[in-house]
This record gives sequence, structure tokens and C-alpha cells, in this order.
Amino acid sequence: MYQTTYHRPSSVDEAASLFTKGSDAKYLAGGHTLIPVMKQRLASPSDVIDLGKIAELIGIEPTGDGIIIKAATTHSDVASSETVQKAIPVLAYLASLIGDPAVRHRGTIGGSLANNDPAADYPAAVLALGATVKTNKRSIAADDFFKGLFSTALDDGEIITAVSFPVQDKAGYAKFNHPASRFALTGVFVAKTPAGDVRVAATGASQNGVMRVPAIEAALKANWSAGAIDGVRISADGLMSDIHGTSDYRANLIKVMAQRAVIAAG
Amino acid sequence: MGVEGIGASVVRKEDRRFITGKGRYVDDIKLLGMTHAHFIRSPHAHAKIKSIDTSAAMEMPGVVGVLTGQQIVDDKIGNLICGWAITSKDGTGMKMGAWPAMAPETVRFVGQAVAVVIAETKNQARDAAEAVVVNYEELPAVPDIRAAIAPGAPQLHPEAPGNVIYDWTIGDEGATDAAFKSAANVVSLDITNNRLVPNAMEPRAAIAEYNEPEEHFTLYTTSQNPHVARLVLSAFYNIAQEHKLRVVAPDVGGGFGSKIFIYPEEMVALWASKKVGRPVKWTGDRTEAFLTDAHGRDHLTKAEMAFDKDNKVTGLRVKTYANLGAYMSLFSSSVPTYLYATLLSGQYNIPNIFAEVISVYTNTVPVDAYRGAGRPEASFVVERLMETAARQLKVDPAELRRKNFITQFPHQTPVIMAYDIGDFHASLDAAMKAIDYAGFPARKAKAKSEGKLRGIGISCYIEACGIAPSKAVGSLGAGVGLWESAEVRVNPVGTIEILTGSHSHGQGHETTFCQLIADRLGVPISQVSIVHGDTDKVQFGMGTYGSRSAAVGLTAILKAMEKVEAKAKKIAAHQLEASENDIVIENGEFKVAGTDKSLALPMVALAAYTAHNLPDGMEPGLKEGAFYDPTNFTFPAGAYICEMEVDAGTGKSTFVNFVAADDFGRLINPMIVEGQVHGGLAQGIGQALLEGVVYDASGQLVTASFMDYTMPRADDLPSFKLSHTTTLCPGNPLGVKGCGEAGAIGASAAVINAITDAIGNNKLEMPATPDRVWHAIHGNA
Repeated sequence: MYQTTYHRPSSVDEAASLFTKGSDAKYLAGGHTLIPVMKQRLASPSDVIDLGKIAELIGIEPTGDGIIIKAATTHSDVASSETVQKAIPVLAYLASLIGDPAVRHRGTIGGSLANNDPAADYPAAVLALGATVKTNKRSIAADDFFKGLFSTALDDGEIITAVSFPVQDKAGYAKFNHPASRFALTGVFVAKTPAGDVRVAATGASQNGVMRVPAIEAALKANWSAGAIDGVRISADGLMSDIHGTSDYRANLIKVMAQRAVIAAG
Repeated sequence: MGVEGIGASVVRKEDRRFITGKGRYVDDIKLLGMTHAHFIRSPHAHAKIKSIDTSAAMEMPGVVGVLTGQQIVDDKIGNLICGWAITSKDGTGMKMGAWPAMAPETVRFVGQAVAVVIAETKNQARDAAEAVVVNYEELPAVPDIRAAIAPGAPQLHPEAPGNVIYDWTIGDEGATDAAFKSAANVVSLDITNNRLVPNAMEPRAAIAEYNEPEEHFTLYTTSQNPHVARLVLSAFYNIAQEHKLRVVAPDVGGGFGSKIFIYPEEMVALWASKKVGRPVKWTGDRTEAFLTDAHGRDHLTKAEMAFDKDNKVTGLRVKTYANLGAYMSLFSSSVPTYLYATLLSGQYNIPNIFAEVISVYTNTVPVDAYRGAGRPEASFVVERLMETAARQLKVDPAELRRKNFITQFPHQTPVIMAYDIGDFHASLDAAMKAIDYAGFPARKAKAKSEGKLRGIGISCYIEACGIAPSKAVGSLGAGVGLWESAEVRVNPVGTIEILTGSHSHGQGHETTFCQLIADRLGVPISQVSIVHGDTDKVQFGMGTYGSRSAAVGLTAILKAMEKVEAKAKKIAAHQLEASENDIVIENGEFKVAGTDKSLALPMVALAAYTAHNLPDGMEPGLKEGAFYDPTNFTFPAGAYICEMEVDAGTGKSTFVNFVAADDFGRLINPMIVEGQVHGGLAQGIGQALLEGVVYDASGQLVTASFMDYTMPRADDLPSFKLSHTTTLCPGNPLGVKGCGEAGAIGASAAVINAITDAIGNNKLEMPATPDRVWHAIHGNA
């Protein structure tokens, strides 16, 4: 690791102000992406600004029609939250699948979304549930937030403060683990809105990161059942292909995991 | 004898320090004035070094020295050696290319060291390493066997045309061909034995200290065999004379074979400690472990088995290409030859066997012994063939094996090995009972009705352990003898120290070796200590690998104990005014049989050291040594059966059950044996389902971290059901065979046999990842 200056601001405003002062500042949330690359000397930020101890960024609150999870809330806290378990149980379940206990006690929802790893779990939930990402500047709809591999709508220095999840009629998530990393080799999140719309998001599959799967959405909108997906053809074009999963295998997983997610959603 | 004697599951003495973080590993050692080394490693799989500019690095803060491959050549430090000579079928020797400890001109694998920075701190060394400018001219690389043997392939070493190191054969080719000509049925398979990274928990490390007035070196290193390290470093590398080099291997956190070998980093640390006049420390990180620890396995094999009309095996023909990497590591040549092809008879009476092994250079890290070393590869060939044959011949796989089992011992195979004893029916019986083999068809049918694919797979392995009779291995090309030595010291107050040339790197010697003493003398193991891992303390030894430490190392201790007991009995008889023939040893006392007269061990010991009243002519003291050279290998064997369920939708395999019935001869500590089997099974299952090294076409290591290389985790593994059947090894007085490698040798074939049975497609390579299994199910592999 190269030398860097570590900051622990106590407010979002202070964090944002520190960011503008640094020549090449980085925000630190759970640190599971930034710290390893710093240790490998692949990143050398001038300043590391720790968002993990800012009180206003931690916590889970029920809203009238959903829940708000503040950005520095850990996966473990989401997984064990009664509020989440009651309102959107699948979200707690998803959080319980991330990494291992050590990861879940450090990693945060805001960090995961800002990083937008193409195989992370949270992006699938945010996209399929039609959540809203709140930042220190604005609110961003899920459909506008994810911009491709490790890329988001966030401006330089912009801080995610919370994510607002609406409760949907039905929601389910099925994840097939990457054998080595335990990220999603492919994970599919399905949701049916009170208005009858269907949103399906797949993570770990596309070369462009999390994506919606219109063919499955259409099939499920017509008939909300696992069997409805049988006839759907998923193209392998544009899907990732590596030593753990070829693109045609991932195309199959999108379908199979979607079916299992529907069954889980009930 | 006693609750802590042979056969007792005594809790491991060493675990208290290990699990409380009080172990003392090389990296825990800090010497006065110690400096830190950081290696500059090649980013290319094959390249010429055009220039190295160290001038900027030399000016960096804290830098003590920057040394290059050319300097190591200029100082006439020897090239790395290979300790086992293999002769090709045309009578020529191995075609060995030079391997300097740091490359002066050409790099041949990603991660090969070209220079080293020595600095006051680790970070300063790392900072300065970035300022060393190495100018490479890239050369085309051959990352695997097929690329290496292709016509017109880039050549690694001028000494080895076509990248072939040797083309070796064993067995009678003519007789084997004749057996195939007259066969009623022939079964054939193409097999890839996937390449593995050993991944010991403790990375390799070395600290070298040079004492200038004494011209004496001390090397602290992560070694399974410190005496072999001293021998090789002094005899071949021109670094220090043997009596001027002390090698210490303190606690060693796993090795699986990868810490047998003497690596460039240890040589450089020693050489550099003299150059800079300061102790030099190097601790590898996990990336360096992936890139530079000797890998294991990596075979491409075509195997055929001939059967007569009664389904008796009449012949086995095997052609294997073995990847040895870019250079020949210390015992690399022996692994795919004498540790592999000599086990191709498996548990079966096979009258004709012929095997050809062609070892090749590739632009990858060297490959050498890894848990099982050659024997897992052999067992996989034989047991995959057996299972395939049963399916092709439409007979029960257990019955086909039984029909061909060796039942008479000793049994001379056509490939050197003479099996001393075994009962293969007994272990297969035990395994079949444990898994309820008879009930499998009903379970499979039930699973099918629920839309699941279920399969069962058998693997009956045999291995040659207790390595090894020196004369025999010498005649086959080994550069060393493979005996073991021991010294038993009874101190004046009756406590006991055992000095052994074996060296535990996780096996629990500090417990099991003491159990022998407890058994012989009836003293608690707390009264006994093991001294190992230091060439200044222990007389000599060949170390720990090849499941040898009980069969060879512990037998050496027994031989020394017998001498100690004989002398102690003489002293006791003299003191008790009895005949030494009447002295018996019980519960730590020397008793006159049939009387109430006795003398406690401390009193006998004290008498030996005060020497006030010893038999006439007897030397004082109570300390004896022994060298033990085994007369044969030992032959642990067993039957593993695996039942798996495969998810057709995802290709994911899940264990229903895994049973192991092993015959290790006498068990010293059944709990430790169980732990060894668990670890071995985890590695065998890891090879079958999860682990596999991938280099890309340019020779870059794709699986260079745990994010890509799938190490087995607890939830990947079933709860194993273990049992033992026992035939005592006649080759050593303890009747022990060895248990360290069995799991890794037998498990992978059982797993692959089970999955291929479940999916109804025999074409499946390891690791059988969900992706591969799914493709195999859907017929587009």
C-alpha cells in the first residue's frame, strides 16, 4: 500500500468537502474493493474518506409503502433487520447471501451500489424492485442509476446517502454462486408490482453489469409462474464468458434462476 | 500400553500453541539488524532480458542492495538441481535446461525472479523494486502440453529439442500389445489430470544470517526436510559448506509436498545475506505462492484396458504426457514416472502393463510432488477405466473390481511394485455396507421421480508409501537414500527427548511419536518431547513426505528405543540384583518379573548418569541412536464410494454421502488419522470438483488468487463416514502403512465416477464445475 491520508468525517457534508480538497480522493465504505486494490498497489488515492462511521448514513427505517436503508448500513444489519424481514423479506435474504460473515459485517449497501460490480447482489434487487438511490444531491431512479461495468450515474464526489425500496406484490431472488469468489455467477431478482408490472434483473451475467431481462418480464407479466419461462429463449450474446461460466451456461442460468426466483416469490 | 499408548486418540499436544496463536513460524522470527527482500519477477511467460537498470532503486530510502541474476551467475552460485535421474527409452539421460536462482538472460514463466531488492523495511524494498527497470524482449510462449509438443512450437531450452525432457517407458510393450490383440473387449479413455496449486496456509518464507568471522550461515525456512535442504544447498549450490550451514525449519504451516523443494528464494536469501552483511528475510505473499510454489499433477493421458471374455483384465496400456513447467524442480522427474506408472496395477491382477511417459517443458511454474504425487494420477487412470469398463461391459462396477482383485500376497506387479499385504475385498465390503450400496437403485429411482439425477461411484485405490527403501530408489535413479534416523535421549531425571529427522508440517508428530514411548515405557506423553526441524540439533534425516513418517521415521525411533530399553534393563537388573532377562517394563517402572522388586525409570536414568554403580564396562548415559532403512514400500489401500445428486438445471453436484474404508495397518492415533483422511479427501474432492490451474494462451496465470482458484471450503464438502479395515504391514515392526495421502489419492475418481453415473455421460473433465457438468448433461460438452 502506498501512503495515503485517512479521514473520518462525522457528516456527509464534511465528507463531500474533504473530497473536493483531495487531489485524488476516494470514499471508503466497507472497503472490500478499495482496500485490496490499494494493498496490491493498483490504486493510490491521495485521501481515503471513511463514510462508514457517519451516523446519518446508518440505519433502516420503514416508510409508508416501503423501507429506506441508509447507505452505510452493513449487509449483516440488513439481513438481520426485523423491518426488512417484515416489509421485503427477500432483501434480507439477499443480504444474507453476500460474501461471508466477515464481509457482511463490513460491507455496505451504498458501497456495493456505488461500485456496481457486475456480479454483486444488491444491484439486482435495486433494479428489480424499482428502488430509488438517494444521494447528497438528488434522487436517482434505479433504471437510470446503473450505467455499465463498475459505472453508475453518480457524479465525481457524489455520495449515496440511502436507498428507498418500495414494497412490491411479489419478489424473489435466486443466486447461483461463483464457485471461487461466491459472488453471483448469475443471480436473478424477480418482482411483481401492485399494478401488475413485472421487473426482472439479472446480475453476474451481462458484460455490461446488472440488466433487466425483458423476455422474462413479458412472459411473467402474461403468466406469473415458473413454467411461463420454459419457452423463453435467452441469447448468450453480450453475456460474460470465463473459466467458471461460459456465456451459454450463463444464459441458461438466467432462465433457471428466474424460475427459482419466481417459485421463491410464491 | 497405557491410555496414551499406540491406538489411543490422544489430543494433539501441539494444538494448544497453534490454536492460541503461539506457534513460531519463520515469519515470526526477527533477528537483530534484519533486512527485507522483495523480488522483482517477470511479468512475461517467456522473454529475453535486454537490460536491468538498478541505479534509481539503489538511491531509494532504506535500500541496502539490489542484486540481479547476472551477479548470482558471476558469483558462481549453482543452478537448481533435479535429484532423480530418469533415462529415456533410447538410453539417453534427461534433457535438463539450466535454472539459475534468478534469471540472468531469459525468463521462462510468469513470476520467475530476475532481481531482488534488499532494504531496511519490507515496504522500502517494495518501493525500490518499482524503480528497477527491466527491459524485456518478449518471446512466444507455450502454456500447456499440447502447445509444447506441437510441431514448430517455441523452444524453451536448447538442451531439450521439442521441449521433451524424457520419453520413458515401463513394462513389457510386446506382451501388452499381444494381450490387446487377443482381448475380448477393450476400454479406452482420454484423461486430463488437472493442474493444482498446493496452497499451504503458511506461505513460503526464509531468513538467512551470515556470521562473517565464522563463515557460518543460518537459514530459517519453511521446509518439510531441513537436512535435505542443507545437503542440497551445500553440495550443489556453492553457498556454504555443510558444517557451515545450519538449517532450521520451525513450525511449518502446511506443505503438501510444496515445501520439500529448495527454492530460488532460499538460495538468494543466503547468498544476499553474505553480500550485504546483514540478515535477510523474505516472506512470500499469496500471489507469490500462486505464481512460484511448485504446482501439482498436470497430465494428459490416453489409457486402454483389455479384458478377456470373462471380464478379467489382461492388459493395460497407458501413454501420458506430463507437464513439468519451465524448469525441473527437485523431484519433478520422479513424480510422473516411478511414483506414477509403478502404481498402474491398482488393486488388480493385471498380467501385462506398458506405460510410456513423456515429460515436457512449458512456460509455467515448475511442477513437482503434491499430496499423493503421481499416485493420485495413477489411481484416477485405473479407477476411471474400471468404472468405464463396468458400464461398457454392463456389469456391476463392484463385481468387476472383485473379479480382478489381487487376493494372494505378496504380489509382484508387472511394474516393479511387490505388494506385501492387503485385503481389498474387506475394504470394499466395508465401504459398500457403509453407503448401503444394495439400496442405491431404489434411491436413484426415488430421486429420478423427483426430477433429480443421482449417481454412485467407486474408487479402490492403492498407494506406495513409507518412502522408501534406499537401495531400490537408488537403482531407479534417486540421488538420495530415503531411510530415517532417530535418537532417544533419556535425561538424568527420566524425562525423554526424541530427536527425529522427520519434520511435522501439520501431521501431529509431537503427539504420535510420544505415544510410541508411552506405549513402550508406560510413561505419560507429557514426559516426552520431540526435537525436530533443526540440523544443529538432529543428527540427520530425510524429512516428511510420501506418508513416510510413521512407517520410516517412527520405526527409526523404535529401533533406538529398543537399544535404550536393553541398556536400561541391564542397569535395572544390576541395581536390583536380578537377571536382565527377568526385567519387564510396566507403567514407567523396571520390574523383576514375579516379584515386588522394581525401579522407577527416573532412578534407572539417574543411575546411568551418576555412573556410581553400573555393570562392569558399561558406558555412562542413556542415549541411543538408530538409522532405519525400510525393506519395501508400504501399501495403504482402501475403497471410497461417493453418492451424488446433480441438479440438471444448473449442473451443480451435491454430495449425498461419501464413505471411506481405509487399510492403513496399525493406527497410532485414530483421531489424527481421521484428520489426515479428512484433509486428503478435501484435496481429492477439491481436484475433482473445484480446483484447476488455468494459464491463458500467453502464459499468464488466470487463477492467481482465491477469487478465481476455487479452494474447497467446509460447505463444499460432505460429512465423511470413515472406517478402517486392517492388515498389519509386515515390512516394519509397528505394522503401520501411512495415511497422509490416501484421501487425495482415492477421492477424485469416486467423485467423477458418481457424477458421470448420475448424468449418463462419461465424458467429463476435472474440475467438474457446474458449467462443465451442465454441458455434459446437455450433450454439448
